[in-house]
Amino acid sequence: MAYSEKVIDHYENPRNVGGFDKNDPTIATGMVGAPACGDVMKLQLKVGENGLIEDAKFKTYGCGSAIASSSLVTEWVKGKTLDEAVTIKNTDIAEELALPPVKIHCSILAEDAIKAAVDDYKSKHSKA
Amino acid sequence: MNFFTLFGLPETYHIDNAKLANVYQSLAKVTHPDKFSNAGGQEKLMAVQKNAQINDGYQILKNPLSRAEHMLELRGISLQHETQTMQEPAFLMQQMEWREQLSEVESAGDPEQILQALDEEVAIHTKQHFKTLQELLEQQNDEANNLAAAEVRKLKFLNKLHKEIELKEDVLFED
Repeated sequence: MAYSEKVIDHYENPRNVGGFDKNDPTIATGMVGAPACGDVMKLQLKVGENGLIEDAKFKTYGCGSAIASSSLVTEWVKGKTLDEAVTIKNTDIAEELALPPVKIHCSILAEDAIKAAVDDYKSKHSKA
Repeated sequence: MNFFTLFGLPETYHIDNAKLANVYQSLAKVTHPDKFSNAGGQEKLMAVQKNAQINDGYQILKNPLSRAEHMLELRGISLQHETQTMQEPAFLMQQMEWREQLSEVESAGDPEQILQALDEEVAIHTKQHFKTLQELLEQQNDEANNLAAAEVRKLKFLNKLHKEIELKEDVLFED
């Protein structure tokens, strides 16, 4: 199976690889995994005082499509509010990267990582 | 398709491996495509299909994880094509840490020792999950089956990690 050019670009030059301190109150952390292939993805969002996502970082152990999906998502979420970020759909990711049907679950993983990160942020701030 | 029935084995997690191998050999022999070289098209096709089924079944029953997955499928829980993600932070964080260790092993002081320790740790966790899985499968009720499915999902992550550790060992210590 051939990867699309966009997948290869994100795979070879992943954007925003790394992480933030998950205990920092301005950081939202989403951890998700795909049992079918054993891929693991961590997405972290840094939320500014104005409620906008200032920065995003990811770490993904998985196939090229999973890495590309998470890399793309870190670019897309920047400048968005958390409520806007959760509207990103796996179908948008799959379309942008031209993922074949067998790799759709990689884009689902990235979508769920955003949701998990937003949930984490909300639970952190509801306690305070 | 119930592969336990195909191989004449009881539908249990623990199986008689010697019997499985024996039945496999005899079934594979009678359906071997060479035996049907002079047969008609339809008969030949049937034999090829049966032979493929026997090979699939053997591979699935031989491996404890795919055997458990097959048992769950027979009980109405199909894990094979699920796209649902897993979101257990503690478990995933541990997976992440192990994968980080693995990816940084080349730059460590004693890669061989680190890999070995990592492999042992993963093996201990794998063994524990298999033990829980087996106990849950024996209960044969919906709640236990769902919990067993969760164990299978975890074991898939551990299985992949184990394979990656082996791959890394091959790359680093190839003679």
